[in-house]
Amino acid sequence: MTFIYLSMILMLAIFLGFELIHKVPATLHTPLMSGANAVSGITLIGALAYAGGDYETLPQILGAVSVFLATINVVGGYVVTDRMLAMFKGK
Amino acid sequence: MENISIIINATYVVCAALFIFGLKLLGHPSTARKGNTFSALGMLLAIVVTLLDQGIIAFELIIVAMIAGGALGLFIAKKIELTQMPEMVSLLNGIGGLASLLIALAIVKSGASLETYLLVITLVAIAIGGITFSGSVIAWAKLSGKVAKLVSSGSTVFTGQAFVNGLIVIVLVVLGVLLTLAPGNATYAYGFVALAIILGVMLVIPIGGADMPVVISLLNSYSGLAACATGLAIGNNLLIVAGALVGASGIILTSVMCKAMNRSLTNVLFSGFQAVKTSTMEIEGEVKPMSAEDAYYVLEASQSVVVIPGYGMAVAQAQHAMKELQGLLEGNGTEVVYGIHPVAGRMPGHMNVLLAEADVPYELLLEMDEVNPRMESFDVAIVIGANDVVNPSAREIKDSPIYGMPVINADLAKNVFILKRGMAAGFAGIDNPLFFKDNARMIFGDAKDTINTIIRQF
Repeated sequence: MTFIYLSMILMLAIFLGFELIHKVPATLHTPLMSGANAVSGITLIGALAYAGGDYETLPQILGAVSVFLATINVVGGYVVTDRMLAMFKGK
Repeated sequence: MENISIIINATYVVCAALFIFGLKLLGHPSTARKGNTFSALGMLLAIVVTLLDQGIIAFELIIVAMIAGGALGLFIAKKIELTQMPEMVSLLNGIGGLASLLIALAIVKSGASLETYLLVITLVAIAIGGITFSGSVIAWAKLSGKVAKLVSSGSTVFTGQAFVNGLIVIVLVVLGVLLTLAPGNATYAYGFVALAIILGVMLVIPIGGADMPVVISLLNSYSGLAACATGLAIGNNLLIVAGALVGASGIILTSVMCKAMNRSLTNVLFSGFQAVKTSTMEIEGEVKPMSAEDAYYVLEASQSVVVIPGYGMAVAQAQHAMKELQGLLEGNGTEVVYGIHPVAGRMPGHMNVLLAEADVPYELLLEMDEVNPRMESFDVAIVIGANDVVNPSAREIKDSPIYGMPVINADLAKNVFILKRGMAAGFAGIDNPLFFKDNARMIFGDAKDTINTIIRQF
């Protein structure tokens, strides 16, 4: 049952994503992609449970490396997107 | 215990809302920066509230990993040149894929007894994560020119490649089935990971440099889908929503890029396996070179000018000089706009970012469909380092490999100035009849030097 409920969320999120992203103008496609990099760093919150949880050494290390990698995405993605968007100025 | 779980999940709802609202604000350049901040806020909230989870008992590893990752991310984001954004996005795609792969592997290795369908999803996460990781590394190497052979040949193809790829996929599936039967088997697990990584390499090496915008967009999408699959495997709503948004974004950009090249995704991904069609067409006419000094006299007398940039502008770093020339022309009463093809550059929106960096207002950055209808009214079209995206054979010559691709019709402007280093063909490797048209003038040399020479005449 949980899986069906999660699939429902997935389906809705995909349609919402399509609707929203169709409205992003071509001029912002590069910041959109680097912003997407940052959002995909959300795996960080999944990795935290393994890095700090009560597991054997191997899953913990895998989790910690994953936290490290995902943090690069989150911080790097948001900062570089902000840097770019700050440059888009009107007349 | 139960209360904390409710707080965490309720906060995830707020985080998802912030991501969605942030994406909505990205719909216009004037609100986009605020949107990014909202999205970042959602992320921060998600991380903080997750740390409240009772299951997390040790923080040493987390703190070290986050500080190291944060510092490295900040360093890259601050240091990177904006011309290198395609490389950076490629790299972050790969890092995202690897992060998902490692979590999925941690799920398998944690020894938890998963139901079969969850194990299958976990394996899907590993496969997508692995393909994203190694594919992105290859894409990054191609873009940054780190691997000379991959760059020089554009695409790497060998006989029987399709067969080898098919074999990898079959073995991958077999290993997957074996793993669901014996989840504890380390050989199967690592073999599965290794094959996914090899498959990523095999899928990207045959794709040439000109198709990189499509590949980056697609890998961008995969990095989201990998996060999504991981979310399904661990039953985390926020991972599913965020991953799906990223996945949808990448897929839309991929389809925009494919449309702009008049090719199907299958064609882009697998065309490396087909023999390149050599065109025997002869182009009539001759190339007419012009000096930058002479170009000044024409520009000085012009009412309206359209600038069409390509990857060459990024290479020559000519955007700042172009902005200066734009200012001088506008001071002289000339209208200046920029016409930007969707696949100009190495990733979607690449040119726009470079011109924004040079302080060109975003209102002047027009899309192909906005400049084409009024092309005849421009006195001068200045083509800076673009080639295939202004190639009129896409309209005129049925045999041309790019026939049917939507292009910016620079040749219809009253005068066309082409700033170019030499007569080399574009990435598609085909001749450009534009250079031979009566109204076209070639200004050979480094684009930045050429523009600076024109500027000095004012």
